[in-house]
Amino acid sequence: MKSKSLAKWLISGPPLLYLVLFFAIPSLIMAFAAFRFPGDYGGLLPLTAANPDTGATELLINFGNWRDFLTLENFQRFFEEPIYFELFVKSFWYAGLTTVICIVLAYPLAWLIARSPKKTRDLLVLLVILPFWSNFLIRVYAWMIILGPQSYFSRSLNYLLGLVGIEPVSLLFSQFAVIVGLVYVHLPFMVLPLYANLEKHDMALLDAAQDLGANAWQRFWKVTWPLSLPGVWAGTALVFIPALGMFAIPDLLGGTNSMMIGNLIKQQYLDSRDWPFGSVLSIMLTLTVLLLAALAGWAGSRGKDKR
Amino acid sequence: MALLEIRDVVKTFGDFTAVNHVSLAVEAGEFFTLLGPSGCGKTTLLRMLAGFEQPDSGEILLDGKNMAGVPPEKRPVHTVFQSYALFPHMTVAQNIAFPLKMAGVAAAEVPKRVDEVLEDVRLQQFARRYPHELSGGQRQRVAIARALVNRPRLLLLDEPLSALDAKLREQMQIELINLQKEVGITFVYVTHDQGEALALSHRIAVMSQGQVEQLDAPETIYSYPKSRFVADFIGQCNLLDATITDVQPGRMKVEIEGVGTAEALPVPGAQVGGKGTLTLRPEKIKLGASLPQGGVDEVHFKGRVHDCLYLGDVTIYIVELDNGTLVETMLPNSGSGKAKFFDDNDLVELAWRFDAGHFVLA
Ligand SMILES: Nc1ncnc2c1ncn2[C@@H]1O[C@H](COP(=O)(O)OP(=O)(O)OP(=O)(O)O)[C@@H](O)[C@H]1O
Ligand SMILES: [Mg+2]
Repeated sequence: MKSKSLAKWLISGPPLLYLVLFFAIPSLIMAFAAFRFPGDYGGLLPLTAANPDTGATELLINFGNWRDFLTLENFQRFFEEPIYFELFVKSFWYAGLTTVICIVLAYPLAWLIARSPKKTRDLLVLLVILPFWSNFLIRVYAWMIILGPQSYFSRSLNYLLGLVGIEPVSLLFSQFAVIVGLVYVHLPFMVLPLYANLEKHDMALLDAAQDLGANAWQRFWKVTWPLSLPGVWAGTALVFIPALGMFAIPDLLGGTNSMMIGNLIKQQYLDSRDWPFGSVLSIMLTLTVLLLAALAGWAGSRGKDKR
Repeated sequence: MALLEIRDVVKTFGDFTAVNHVSLAVEAGEFFTLLGPSGCGKTTLLRMLAGFEQPDSGEILLDGKNMAGVPPEKRPVHTVFQSYALFPHMTVAQNIAFPLKMAGVAAAEVPKRVDEVLEDVRLQQFARRYPHELSGGQRQRVAIARALVNRPRLLLLDEPLSALDAKLREQMQIELINLQKEVGITFVYVTHDQGEALALSHRIAVMSQGQVEQLDAPETIYSYPKSRFVADFIGQCNLLDATITDVQPGRMKVEIEGVGTAEALPVPGAQVGGKGTLTLRPEKIKLGASLPQGGVDEVHFKGRVHDCLYLGDVTIYIVELDNGTLVETMLPNSGSGKAKFFDDNDLVELAWRFDAGHFVLA
């Protein structure tokens, strides 16, 4: 009995320790930072200082002066200036649109892979994950070339647009480019969970549905789609959340007006060096995502009860 | 006009012929069974009736209408799949409502129809359960209810009981017979279990290698098999190679290889010198320590018990005749006072009425 629980701790101990050290503690530090003041040269206003006489580290904060070190101002700023809320909305819109496009593109692909013969299937899955073998930034740079004004793609497109009398468009550095980039980068994360789900579907169910009078459309919406929802949700989590925090793609492919919340957070930490406000933004982002997940879970369980 | 007519249907996969020139007709209200060993093409034939496969040649007529090119969802034919194929994300009631909704039955009427058919299969209290919360037998009944609810012209059942244990299977067989009587829908039932086929069917088509070997009522199939294959496949049977030595009106003589001369009922086409098989069911053979000799109609042999298979209600005796041939017979154990009548090596006598066996020309 005792050795069993010991084994349990030995197995789950290291990953647990890792998570505590590198996830839980940093998160707490960040949460705490959100209530502090920025330092004179960026970063955080220190809470400790070396005593000039003894050289020993001393705590500067105490019960009398804590107001000089802790504040709600950062949160106030977030809620008072509408621009941050607007940026949140825009980021959620980008991430949501990316997720929806990924579902629409990945679903037929995953379905096709799941229905292929075993051998082809493995090859196709390999092709889906193949892009991971090259560096993320290189792949995004490739899109800069493809969408750039000198590319064959842009020139052909603008030529065709010219034929029907539409002004030439500039693809790069636009919201369009950002969405293209987000979809491109996250697509495999939607394909794989969908494929894993669809592959397990019992084909006899589709036969049964057809036998009982369902046409192709009904067979999809009444059988395949509801049974694939776990895969859709898994893919959504894997696409929506990373897309929401993405900063590299808007940086590289986006224009001045396609900034996302991730860019702002990065800006706060690295450029403005306003760590407290960066922390506020991060916390608000995390809280919003958690809230959405909770809402989705609640709606899901309610829907189940109703059936 | 027959409800279902299959005319000279052929289905090949590559160069393998799964269904080979099958013709048959099923009457309305019939419990019709396709019986045959694994791989003989039963499922293939059934899938052509449901519309999942198209015949390479020949035609299938339902109510006189040619079904060629009619997709499964447009056929008034529903199937009970061997794996049940219940929708796991729907409750029992939703599963059963599915075909009604697909057929556009008015929403107000759906619950009533579902309740009715749930009552038929005695599952009212399970309406709100999901399939994974049901036992195998209950799932089976849901599958049948779902296929029946929309009153198809034809219900196809592909080995629906094969996943159930013996006891439950027997119970479900009785339920199926009653259900079919009650709803009056024509059943086409596929099985490789001859006992099941005999118990359930009005008529049986015995299939072998894509062809129908014999199509008859269960009693006829059992007592008058048309071929050695049918005799062997249906029930236990002694297959004795024999040659016809004399043909008289109403009587013929055969020389059974390794046994001796016996009288038998003549069969159409019997000629002196004709070779074939005398098929003899174990239960039609009398067995005793000494049997009254010389019944005119009887064929008589002596032997010794070679093996006994004690089955509780009956015992199967493998009797070795004087010349070494093994014959299988059986005796009920009732009335013996002991557990069974004979033991290994007991000397016994065998007899059967001349018309107990059925001669099959090779
Ligand atoms: N789609 C297919 N492609 C190739 N061969 C097939 C296909 N479907 C069936 N067959 C072959 O056709 C033959 C008949 O198959 P079928 O499924 O009709 O047999 P069955 O009588 O239902 O057997 P069982 O009792 O085992 O279910 C088999 O030899 C099978 O291998
Ligand atoms: Mg089969």
